[in-house]
Amino acid sequence: MATLRRDIHIERAPEDVWTLVGDPARLHEWFPVQDCRVEGNKRWVTLPTGIVFEEDIVVVDGRTRRFQYSIVNNLLIRDHFGTVDVMDDGHGHTVLSYSTQCTPNVFALVTAGASGQALRNAKRILEAAHDGTNKATN
Amino acid sequence: MGRRILFITTDQQRFDSLGCNGGGIARTPNIDALAAAGINYVRAHPQNVVCMPSRSTMVTGQHVSTHGVWMNGVPLPEDAPSIAATLRTAGYRTALLGKAHFEPLLDPFLRFAENRMGREGTFTEWSELPDGTRFPHRGFEHMEFAGHGAAGNLHYVGWLRENHPEAMAGFVPNLDGDLEVTTEPGGDTMAPQVRITNGIPRGWYHTDWVADRTISWLDSLGQDDKWFCWMSFPDPHHPWDPPKEELHRVNWRDLDLPAGYIEDAAERERILSSKPAHWMGWYTGSFVSNFEAPLKWVPATLTADNVREVNAMVHVKNELIDEAVGRVLAAIRARGWEDDVDIVFTTDHGEMQGDFGFLFKGPYHVDGLMRLPLIWKPAASAGIAPATVTAPVGHVSLAATFASIAGLGRPAYTEAPALPVSDGDADERGFERVLTEWDSVLFGKEVGVRTIHRDGWTCSAMLPGTVHDGTEGELYDHANDPLQRVNRWDDPAVRSLRDDLLADMWDHLPSPVLPRRDCDAPV
Repeated sequence: MATLRRDIHIERAPEDVWTLVGDPARLHEWFPVQDCRVEGNKRWVTLPTGIVFEEDIVVVDGRTRRFQYSIVNNLLIRDHFGTVDVMDDGHGHTVLSYSTQCTPNVFALVTAGASGQALRNAKRILEAAHDGTNKATN
Repeated sequence: MGRRILFITTDQQRFDSLGCNGGGIARTPNIDALAAAGINYVRAHPQNVVCMPSRSTMVTGQHVSTHGVWMNGVPLPEDAPSIAATLRTAGYRTALLGKAHFEPLLDPFLRFAENRMGREGTFTEWSELPDGTRFPHRGFEHMEFAGHGAAGNLHYVGWLRENHPEAMAGFVPNLDGDLEVTTEPGGDTMAPQVRITNGIPRGWYHTDWVADRTISWLDSLGQDDKWFCWMSFPDPHHPWDPPKEELHRVNWRDLDLPAGYIEDAAERERILSSKPAHWMGWYTGSFVSNFEAPLKWVPATLTADNVREVNAMVHVKNELIDEAVGRVLAAIRARGWEDDVDIVFTTDHGEMQGDFGFLFKGPYHVDGLMRLPLIWKPAASAGIAPATVTAPVGHVSLAATFASIAGLGRPAYTEAPALPVSDGDADERGFERVLTEWDSVLFGKEVGVRTIHRDGWTCSAMLPGTVHDGTEGELYDHANDPLQRVNRWDDPAVRSLRDDLLADMWDHLPSPVLPRRDCDAPV
């Protein structure tokens, strides 16, 4: 099982960042997927290629600002665990972290690449909103 | 009217695969004729020995440290310099038909334009510059992509799916169920990635498809248009699965083993032990450091008959490429453009193809991977005499060469001048050395190599990494050791030469772009 992590610094308060990335139903606003649907602790994510991932939502912890999920019932991805952490940088802003544990290992590389783009998207969206310009798009 | 440019590339083709370079098996009369009538560079190196970094050098005219595509899976930024964009600004029509691979191919999130275009059946994506000008992707107004088979998002796959879905299963899948490069054995010898049952007719195979699409695009142009056309064949890259109806061309049982293959296992292992540790590590399967080397294949298991059969497949693929080139050249003649077209032929990197007991590629800076075919047949109207150039040159000169053909000055973003037209020209313009870089990080395994070729020597320094502490290296004297079997890195008799080569290399390598960009996919 491979583990990869991407991080980004966002000049927004952790609680503001959490409102976006801590909401499982808002994934498509910042992650490069086409759509997502949430029912209870299940999420179905549709990729632009039409592939649909079924996910178990494992942790949504607003206190520690941690979101964790697992892709399940997937013919290719045998084991998966994803973690999004929203952390205070000590100066009132945020370090946003996205880590993926995955088998097969190679899929972790692809997911890490997408999560890197997702983090940049989140930074753009949140910092633009903070500036009041709100020009960012996903 | 100005000179047009046909840029022909293949993928993973050795220098010695062509008749004009001493190859005695595959018949390559069309490419040989280009060499005879033009300039044949017999010491041309890529700036990296895998696809994405090497192709990024071709389009940007920059070393790897500058364009920043330091390994496969690192996308070339969309706003990176592009010779196609420069030519388009100068009034050229521009196209790329075949394999681009400036962006990762494994892309289920469709993050990259090449995959989006292929998936959607579109032919470029447009960006808007700050002044409102719309500009096509990397300067190419028309792009149609093909890869190494029937998987993925590229145009060729969509074309097959729509027109000949029954043919798709004939190819070896590039990746296995773990998304690793496949080791699927096949053929008569159970060689990795060999398949002798691909029932696809030759006319539907990607080599002919690339030529068809090239001819179609050329047919769409006005008679007076200037154009830059990059025709990029995915072959002879593995999987080695050409149409079975063409296999009669070369019988593997008739082939001699290539000179680079060392039959005696003990001697092979003695030689590998004299090279830096990653060589033997890969050979035994204990250190597979790069995605391009199939994780589940152990080179030590390669047999002599495997080598013969893989080579036979490659020769077949190379003949198909040559014939496809011939068709495109005939189409150009039919349009009456022949005297005003410059043709440049090369490949992105080589293939071990049995050398030292290996197939595929990786951080191994020897001739199998680094010495490439490079031919420039200038337009007849340019009046440039045929020549053989022995001076070291690199792909990094291609962008400036294309600009020069177009009558433009050397673009400021390029890091090397246009190719020399003779050895005398090379001497006058300082073509003394060529540099090649390697970096890879794969799940904690890190390898870095920096190489210079100068004065008939190849010198490689290992960077500190997983199995190197930064003191190791390779030094080969091509005049006396053309197969690079004697590593003289630690030979006191050539210590001063080694140190001079290293100093020269570090003096001429550009500083790397930092921070290093993320790798977004394995390939």
